[in-house]
Amino acid sequence: MLMEIAALNGACASAIDSGRLEDWPEFFLDQCLYKVTTADNYEKGYQAGLIYADSKAMLGDRISALREANIYERQRYRHILGMPLIVGAPDGTATAETSFLVVRTMRDGQMIVFAAGVYLDKLQRNDAGAWRYSERIVVCDSQRFDTLLAIPL
Amino acid sequence: MDQPVHERPSDAWPAGLTRVPYWVYRDAEVARDEQSRIFEGPGWHYLCLEVELPEIGDYRTTMIGAMSVVVARAEDGQIVAFENRCAHRGALICLEDGGKSKDFQCVYHAWRYDLRGNLTSVAFRRGVNGQGGMPDDFKLEHHGPRKLRTAVLCGLVFGTLAQDGPDIETYIGPEVLDRIRRVLHKKVEVIGRFTQQLPNNWKLYMENVRDTYHASLLHTFFTTFRITRLSQGGGVLVGDNGVAHASTTLAAVKGPDDSYAGMRSDNQGFQLQDPTFMNAVADFNDNINLQIVSVFPGFILQQIHNALAVRQIVPRGVDSMDLHWTYLGFADDTPDLRAMRLKQGNLAGPAGFVSMEDGAVGGFVQRGIAAADGEAAIVEMGGSGAESAGTRATEASVRGFWKAWRARMGI
Repeated sequence: MLMEIAALNGACASAIDSGRLEDWPEFFLDQCLYKVTTADNYEKGYQAGLIYADSKAMLGDRISALREANIYERQRYRHILGMPLIVGAPDGTATAETSFLVVRTMRDGQMIVFAAGVYLDKLQRNDAGAWRYSERIVVCDSQRFDTLLAIPL
Repeated sequence: MDQPVHERPSDAWPAGLTRVPYWVYRDAEVARDEQSRIFEGPGWHYLCLEVELPEIGDYRTTMIGAMSVVVARAEDGQIVAFENRCAHRGALICLEDGGKSKDFQCVYHAWRYDLRGNLTSVAFRRGVNGQGGMPDDFKLEHHGPRKLRTAVLCGLVFGTLAQDGPDIETYIGPEVLDRIRRVLHKKVEVIGRFTQQLPNNWKLYMENVRDTYHASLLHTFFTTFRITRLSQGGGVLVGDNGVAHASTTLAAVKGPDDSYAGMRSDNQGFQLQDPTFMNAVADFNDNINLQIVSVFPGFILQQIHNALAVRQIVPRGVDSMDLHWTYLGFADDTPDLRAMRLKQGNLAGPAGFVSMEDGAVGGFVQRGIAAADGEAAIVEMGGSGAESAGTRATEASVRGFWKAWRARMGI
């Protein structure tokens, strides 16, 4: 299970980092929750997210907005992922906690540590038996975001 | 002899409000003057929400320009504020964003303050074993951080160092006050807090907030989904002193609208897979889609459909600022309404389909004007005045901002 979920995390990050953003929603179940928040908001139980999607369709809309609608400077991410800490459940689902570090490189070459934090994931197998995220709460350590958050974390 | 790096051309501001010289966004001397004349001057500054301080001893720390401020609920229930600076050596008195306390103690030498910022004790004031200590004529009541006058308006806490001057209602003016009361008409609840660090002078962001001309041109989301188009009803209110503004957009009239034909921002090929995102739940008893209010220098109240937020501008040097977002719901939100607020939160904030672009565009200006201190921006849409208008195809409220700024700065 550890290797399967680590591989899922890696594939999901690779889709984002290599610009294959259209592949990214496919790592989620149709009914899912994806939220980007911060440690402070998470600890206080605040519900809102920087990005908040309660369906795979909304994740797709985030990507098509980035492609067709939104104005932002060309940039790319590099995700560095930690080893997932996994708790299996008897019903075949799992929860995983994985540290991440995202370095953002702008079109002029400027690089910054854009975000660091932890993915709090709930996972289920889909009909084909592959692990997918039913929930991914992205808890960023810092509450401050440089300029904008366009590409998902 | 060293040449002055940049001499502010004090006579270089063209007459009237339709030109803004670019040095105002770049000059360190201007930024220093703004701290004393604007942020420590006679205006009112947003501090926090009243609901963030429900009980005696609850406090938050916030910023007015470069000045750190403590806001607290005192023993008598009143909300008070004081500069977050120990009277002894100037260290921060309070190191947390917020919390609950009986009093405050500076960590450096343990000088204590009550909830109102009064100095109540000095460690080893009488010395040790009869030696050392403060002189006998040292009086606690003669020392302490600067205190602010505070006011609570619709659950918003404002403060000013000016102990006299207009009250908050007069400062904002009756028309914009009505626009604030429209939104904050019952108890709110904080549902999220985020900070967006923008690579531009703070004034560029406040101008963007007041710029009703750009919204439907920069933001594809607004135009494509008819959240706000200049061809929709609505208008802009600007107070006489330029201090406050409110812009409104009425719900779109059904039927074709070709006023944006051929423009990038009208992208009819762009469809949502999950269109429920735009199914706003009725929130206010009117047909206003979008309402943005600002109060000079740094307060913004946002209603975009069901996405409600307070934004606070904090300058961080000449070419950087923090934008503090507090996302709001009402305490009595139905589950459906709260769910829609969370979804429509995607429109605003650092990752907002709309707001992310406002985060970027100020930096585009700051970089674009890097060598243009002798040039000026054109702010002439809708004429040269700063009065309320029945159209948003105007830059009247941007001119209102400069009217207020120049009055404070004496420029």
